Amino acid sequence: MPGNIWVLAEHWRGKISEITFEALALGRDVADQLGSKVEAVLLGHGAKDLASELGAAARVISADHPALAEVVPEVYAEALAQLARRERPAVVLTPLSNVTLGVGTLLAAKLGASAINFCKDVRVVDGKIEAHAVLYGGKIETKVAAATELVVLGIMPGARLPDAGRSAEPPAVVDEATVDLPAAPPIRFKEFIEPEAGEVDVTQQDVLVAVGRGIGSQDNIALAEELAEALGGVVCGSRPVIDQGWMSLSRQVGKSGASVKPRLYIAAGISGAPEHVEGIRGATTIVAVNTDPQAPIFAVAHYGIVGDAQDVLPALTEAVRSRRGKAA
Amino acid sequence: MNLLVLLKMVPDVVEELDIASGGAGLDMDVARMALSESDDHALEQALLLKERMGGTVAVLAVDAAEVDDALFTALAKGADRALKVDAGGVSQAGTRALADLLARVIADGHNLLPVDLILTGTQAIDDLDGLVAPLVAHQLGLPYLGIVTEVTPEPAGKVASVVKEYSGGVRGRFEVDLPAVLGIQSAERPPRYVPVAKVRAAMKTQRIETVEAPTLADGGMALAEVKSMSKPEEAGRAEMIEGTPESASARLCGILADRGLV
Amino acid sequence: MGVSTICPTPAPPAMTLENLFEFPEGRRILTCLQCGMCAGTCPYGDVMDFPPRRIIAMLRAGMLEKVFESESLLACVACYACMAKCPRDIRLTEVLLPLMKEQALLHMPELPGELQKALQNTLRYGNPLGESARKRAAWVKTAGVPVRIFQEDPAPADILWFVECYTSYYPRGQDCSRATARLFHALGVDFAILGNEEKCAGECGRLTWEPGLFETLMDYNMAVFQKYRFRRLVTSCPHAYNAFKNRYTSAGFGYELDHATPFLGRHLDRLRPLLSRRLEAKVTYHDPCCLGRQNEFYDAPRNLLKAIPGVKLVEMTHNRVNSICCGGGGGGMWLDTYFKSRGMERLSERRVKEAAATGADVLAVSCPYEISRFEDALKVLGFDKQLRVRDVTELLAESMEG
Repeated sequence: MPGNIWVLAEHWRGKISEITFEALALGRDVADQLGSKVEAVLLGHGAKDLASELGAAARVISADHPALAEVVPEVYAEALAQLARRERPAVVLTPLSNVTLGVGTLLAAKLGASAINFCKDVRVVDGKIEAHAVLYGGKIETKVAAATELVVLGIMPGARLPDAGRSAEPPAVVDEATVDLPAAPPIRFKEFIEPEAGEVDVTQQDVLVAVGRGIGSQDNIALAEELAEALGGVVCGSRPVIDQGWMSLSRQVGKSGASVKPRLYIAAGISGAPEHVEGIRGATTIVAVNTDPQAPIFAVAHYGIVGDAQDVLPALTEAVRSRRGKAA
Repeated sequence: MNLLVLLKMVPDVVEELDIASGGAGLDMDVARMALSESDDHALEQALLLKERMGGTVAVLAVDAAEVDDALFTALAKGADRALKVDAGGVSQAGTRALADLLARVIADGHNLLPVDLILTGTQAIDDLDGLVAPLVAHQLGLPYLGIVTEVTPEPAGKVASVVKEYSGGVRGRFEVDLPAVLGIQSAERPPRYVPVAKVRAAMKTQRIETVEAPTLADGGMALAEVKSMSKPEEAGRAEMIEGTPESASARLCGILADRGLV
Repeated sequence: MGVSTICPTPAPPAMTLENLFEFPEGRRILTCLQCGMCAGTCPYGDVMDFPPRRIIAMLRAGMLEKVFESESLLACVACYACMAKCPRDIRLTEVLLPLMKEQALLHMPELPGELQKALQNTLRYGNPLGESARKRAAWVKTAGVPVRIFQEDPAPADILWFVECYTSYYPRGQDCSRATARLFHALGVDFAILGNEEKCAGECGRLTWEPGLFETLMDYNMAVFQKYRFRRLVTSCPHAYNAFKNRYTSAGFGYELDHATPFLGRHLDRLRPLLSRRLEAKVTYHDPCCLGRQNEFYDAPRNLLKAIPGVKLVEMTHNRVNSICCGGGGGGMWLDTYFKSRGMERLSERRVKEAAATGADVLAVSCPYEISRFEDALKVLGFDKQLRVRDVTELLAESMEG
């Protein structure tokens, strides 16, 4: 009987992270291929109720301990290692996010297991795990095999759709487990530091709506702001917009501004001059809206609409809101 | 403060990356190597700490193409020592093997201990089978925190206040007992510029210490095996969505939803 | 032939701020009248804390530290305007200012990010844009005419065409390279390029704080030149022309030298019959600093433009020796955001307003920096419908395609 697929259920500030649902969906696919089950491991302090959202897993293993209140990689890895030694899963999926970075690596080191990072997909080939990882900032795709029985996989955002890992039902089984963790840890969480009002770091955003000169006027930027809000992102601009004083310098994207790597970048009224394009090479999906079908931006975008930003932005905002309304 | 910075060379992605004839690695004849970006930040953070608190900065790297440039640049920027581990090919064996080697070298001495802080980049673009910072911490039995953007040791040097980045602009403050290993995301200031003349002078007047690689217990076995490598398909040009603003937007929204972006 | 009378023998490389007065040029600096012509002519003279006049005053007072600590030198775009007007013929842009800038860089706690990136890219990739050296000759595939690359075919050529960075990598610069290649081909010029072996000539590094970077590039380029046999070097970039003419001599550069525009100007008699297509356009020509003021090539580009049927030449208010710099030299190419954050008007915008005031349809240029700078300024000011920017070679090639 092959071992189970574990998913470290990442949660932060009281919410299960989107990447957890993506990992659960992936885990279930792998479990189906291996003929075993996907289980979620929920570590935390006072976070047990979150288990009810993890219904996509056949079982949730929940461990509560004060040392697990905020993620400290060594502590989380130690707890996971103790549980893994007892239960012997075949695969452990850990999200690759700022919250849990390092946990997977330490877990693998503690267990003497293989670790494979940057995974976008996982297949089972001849009964063995084959990870599909991206290296060098996405420039090279690789297929990687593990050299050990147990493998720890670091999962990239976007490996699956989060909805595929959500469930209306709570998990069938929730088991509480105990872990033995040090009372006086060498790393102690103190506090969160919230960003200042209005202070936005465009390089940290997952969704950006960028405006260029084609937006027409400062007033029209509100159209971009509405779309950004509907999508859960922020607005930014190309240099001419900042030069006009329509947006603060912290929002400038391009050669003389920031380089950004959002999952979604919507460029409205931006021609696509090399100076700007240089700053968006890291974006996963680029959508361009421009009145000029020959605009260079269409050569770097994944999707394009020839049209006036003033018409398209509100229409897109409306479409996004209805879809979100349906999903809610 | 005794500071140690771990540097790693990674393939330079400005250049086209080609796949070697075996199909399971990069063609290293054409690939150029560059200092991993966050390692550069780690070096900058170390230099800032030295400027604020006094002490020494040592820089340690495993031999790889163009590593001498990186080490001499570090010396020109103000590092006190640069050491290079002559490990014949380990740099190609993966991050896990590299980290194990570095930890052994540190533990073996070479006047690298005692150390107050070991800094290195939080993650590199070729970290397929592990991350340097937590692995070195694990081997040396030291605390580790990654994605760090601020480090403020207390004057007595036993504890440091460390800020790490989450998402959406939110950060977190931690207290870390020293000595510790930190994975630096970005230094408190962008990596400084050093004039070429200074680097050339460093090449003439300073030297890089070479360290022979210790033999590792398990032989630095790679625990993950790359079966094949390929380049993603090039798109070329945007998929154009026709129609009125309303119909095109609805269609686009559907596409984005399929990609999990809405 | 346009040899500059403003600029006598080149500065010996060994001159520093410490040993300045051991050299004739250093002693000449001490004869400064403090007349203020330099500050008055300088396009950013009103925002500099230390225009050349004050720098010399501080030098005399032994107070140069104060100059290094100010940001004043970042505003110098190395346009040679001060040097052109100095009644004492002090070689400000050639000698004093680069020495000052080198020290200022050492004193600066932080370089403006874009400038730092450009310098680092130039060292690592041989171009400030940070593009792969292996893509430098990619434009050749779409040139439309054969362009020989020495590395592939090392037979001797009459002319080495030193293309330079923006003209190799930047899309609009590539347009100029294609135009130049077609012109050379039509004229039967025997030329070859270095292709991927070419690296920046380093002029903007030299005038921009970084003599170490310049020397590295100069050593490299001289070594590459020695691999091949050619009689004359023709370059598309006035900055490169300047570097080869005035500084590479110290490394043994002894080839005949030309910039593409005066080179084509000398072939005008053979070029004229090929200019068959009429371009109905009012054209105003912007004299680039390194070609015009510094090396006095004022007439050749104008003669070329006048030879194009249908072209009517109009002059801007500030022309020839008084031309207003586009703001790209001395590192200015990578300091636009910095200038803007200090409330300084971009010189390219100042210049474009003058161009628009002439009623011209075309702003003709002869330096690779100018195309991107002026096109950008036109967009920002909203003049991009009435005025377009074209390199002289582009206009010639356009007229040739009959």
